[in-house]
Amino acid sequence: MVLVFAESQKGNFKKTAFEAVTYGYKTAQVLGTECVALALGSANNAADLGLYGASKVLHVADAALDQFDGQVYAKVIAEVSQQVGAKVIVLSHTSTGKAIHGRLAARLDAGSVAGVNSIPTVDGGFKVKKGVFSGKAIAEYAINSDVKILSVMGNSLQPAIVGSPAAIEAANVAVPASRVKVKSVSRIEGIVPLPEAELVVSAGRGMKGPENWGIVEDLANTLGATTACSRPVADVHWRPHHEHVGQTGIAIRPNLYIAIGISGAIQHFAGVNNSKTIVVINKDPEAPFFKAADYGVVGDLFEVVPQLTEAVKKFKAAQG
Amino acid sequence: MKLLVCVSKTPDTTTKIVFNASKTELDANGVQYIMNPYDEWYALVRALELKEALGGTVTLINVGPADNDQVIRKGLAIGADDAVRIDLNPQSALSVAFQIAEYARQENYDIILLGKETIDYNGSEIGAMIAEYLDQPFISYASKLDTSDGKTASIQRDIEGGMEELEVDTPFVVSAAKGLAEQRIPNMKGIMMAKSKSLKVVAPAAFEDKAVTVQYTLPPAKSAVKMIAPDNMEELVKLLHEEAKVI
Ligand SMILES: Cc1cc2nc3c(=O)[nH]c(=O)nc-3n(C[C@H](O)[C@H](O)[C@H](O)COP(=O)(O)OP(=O)(O)OC[C@H]3O[C@@H](n4cnc5c(N)ncnc54)[C@H](O)[C@@H]3O)c2cc1C
Repeated sequence: MVLVFAESQKGNFKKTAFEAVTYGYKTAQVLGTECVALALGSANNAADLGLYGASKVLHVADAALDQFDGQVYAKVIAEVSQQVGAKVIVLSHTSTGKAIHGRLAARLDAGSVAGVNSIPTVDGGFKVKKGVFSGKAIAEYAINSDVKILSVMGNSLQPAIVGSPAAIEAANVAVPASRVKVKSVSRIEGIVPLPEAELVVSAGRGMKGPENWGIVEDLANTLGATTACSRPVADVHWRPHHEHVGQTGIAIRPNLYIAIGISGAIQHFAGVNNSKTIVVINKDPEAPFFKAADYGVVGDLFEVVPQLTEAVKKFKAAQG
Repeated sequence: MKLLVCVSKTPDTTTKIVFNASKTELDANGVQYIMNPYDEWYALVRALELKEALGGTVTLINVGPADNDQVIRKGLAIGADDAVRIDLNPQSALSVAFQIAEYARQENYDIILLGKETIDYNGSEIGAMIAEYLDQPFISYASKLDTSDGKTASIQRDIEGGMEELEVDTPFVVSAAKGLAEQRIPNMKGIMMAKSKSLKVVAPAAFEDKAVTVQYTLPPAKSAVKMIAPDNMEELVKLLHEEAKVI
């Protein structure tokens, strides 16, 4: 059986969980087995996990699980997986998943691969792939332990509806006490966080100053995109640090990455190279980013970006 | 405080990646190696700051062959007191964590620090593994870590689109993200002193790998960039919709 730990935010299951279940479902098909989802703590729309291929949802409802502690979660997930005899455990490669993944591997003496981006194969043993060296290569791993732990890179597959709402079954597990005291959790409301964003509009030093960011925000709002920036821009506080993408910031893999006034240094590219489509707007035709772009516009961003926003508006209006 | 900082060696991001003929290993010739930036800039420097404020020792640990000594010496030059290298060319994250945990178990460190991930494999697994082997709390992606008594620490942790503030008592394991400290460049005196600091080489404990790399491949070549005239943004939108299908 493939057991998928489905992450939620305050009990709401979203894209991250649906992707993990889709991955688990496809893996279960390869292995000729079933895919079961596991929900911990509040679970409002857990039945939806069935839509993406979970044959049922196991639920540990203990309210103590509403505070996240990787140590507690790993114990609970490990125990459930042993109760049901799971052979593959699937997590999301998120801040939550990363705090659990390694623990499960150590606890269950299991081989693990973190950040996988394709479905495992079983010809000649269990094998699975992930991107390495800043996207410059793909590594294939063989896992030879009885139990295997995989975490799925965000946006690496499209959640697909294949079933109907799942039955929810209580799982009986004692939840150990946490040794971590969470004081507060704050999230920026109203925007899709960068690691989950499908559309990203990003700008760099070519913007000249923070006062000019209005045109970037207009474009992002028109598209429904999340904004990002290059490191120097965050370093001088033109933009908040959580927008900084790249080797030292966050790595993202949106469907569309629009880079405005960013030269495309390798350290920047390392964080965005997994984007499906890259658009580069730069006045310098020699900017290195053009080599990695799908679409390029050589021009002054102060003219090009507002025109692009207008064109998107027209397109949206025509779409109705 | 007794602090342990795990440091690893990674190819620099700017390095050209070439594999051996059978595509099973990175061809180390011509690869420029560095200390993993998250280990060096944030984990190590924050450990040094804690030691400066509260007293104690900062020990570096690395699992790797003798070639890694250069990177370890750099950590000593930045200010760590001594270092341990477990003499093993590791084949998996779990084996690295297992070796570090085996060593740390006898030493009773207050805090074990490491970078949030390495910049080559980005697995972000080792901290959680060490913590599990040692049955300790693990706080990942710390962008702030303060302790006035060396016993209870307040930590700020980055999560998707926000942050979490928490408190935890030592001993624990923590992984470092940007913000935790500011990079320190080793000075001449540090480099000289590093030469005489202890770098102990320890034999590895027996461990069987469970997940190993079998093959590397290169990603499919990107098709050439399509240039669009700056006064024709309708065309770009059309292509994004019809060809790329992303809007
Ligand atoms: C170890 C290390 C780690 C790093 N990590 C990161 C990281 O995580 N993320 C990151 O981003 N960087 C990182 N960097 C820095 C990186 O090397 C580059 O310096 C940085 O990405 C450059 O930012 P930029 O493209 O905004 O600025 P610049 O390189 O200055 O580029 C600005 C661009 O704007 C264009 N431009 C200017 N005016 C206009 C205009 N009017 N219209 C259109 N285009 C215009 C210019 O032609 C130029 O290409 C790192 C560096 C090191 C050494």
